[in-house]
Amino acid sequence: MLAVTTQHYLILSFLLFAIGLSGILLRKNMITVLMSIELVLNSVNINLIAFSYQWSNLTGQIFSIFTITVAAGEAAVGLGILIAFFRLRDTTSLERASELKG
Amino acid sequence: MSFLAANGSALLFYVFAALAVVAALGVVTLRNPMYGAIALLLTFLSVAVLFLLRHAEFLAMVQIFVYGGGIMVLFLFVIMLVNLHRLKETRLYWGQSPAVLVLGVLLLLFFGYFFVHAAFGPAFTQPQTFVRAGGVDGVGNSQAVAWSLYRDYLLPFEVASLFLLIAMIGAVVLGRRQ
Repeated sequence: MLAVTTQHYLILSFLLFAIGLSGILLRKNMITVLMSIELVLNSVNINLIAFSYQWSNLTGQIFSIFTITVAAGEAAVGLGILIAFFRLRDTTSLERASELKG
Repeated sequence: MSFLAANGSALLFYVFAALAVVAALGVVTLRNPMYGAIALLLTFLSVAVLFLLRHAEFLAMVQIFVYGGGIMVLFLFVIMLVNLHRLKETRLYWGQSPAVLVLGVLLLLFFGYFFVHAAFGPAFTQPQTFVRAGGVDGVGNSQAVAWSLYRDYLLPFEVASLFLLIAMIGAVVLGRRQ
């Protein structure tokens, strides 16, 4: 019988984290970078849920509710910044966000 | 048939884990952000199924409502709001991509080694004690989460609501036309 253990969840969570992190570092489109940040936050939730089940403790689930809260706030503010940036530069490419570059 | 009955949850895990990873790769590689957003939605829904498999039913529903509903609608609105012309001629990735990929593979090997060798033992599954509220066992996941959230974690809960208010005001101020 196949068994799914906490390690499986950790590996999946790490894969999603790595994909999200590479999206943040590699992509030039601001929208995709924000979506990659959501991926990273979601992978953290997988870890919390997996350990909550592992030790039969609900605290992990409570904590992941707060992670989701932070993700929602981050999406709202990030997309607000994106709209402001688009008004200023008429593009969403991060290449044009070079005001502080010497 | 008996194989399916015995391994159903494991098969579900593998199917939806693979779906989540493939869709996440789509988010990072697809050129059009609209397709990327749809791939992200697929990832969120697959992860919700994985939450269900770990007996986090309430969190699975929150995942679908908040991520699949709220955040996705926000993303789709913004993608439609900003004018994505000149999408074809812009480059997709930064110039230092090979270095990032090398670092990513190193990170993968490092964490993969630890995750494969970390032994947590069998999961401590006693559904009766897992969902417990007010000294009563086996009440259901939502009730147990609510009991914990409104009694033990009331202050963080209120701080979270304040945080959401601040985020909302911040988003309105940032999006305002000067």
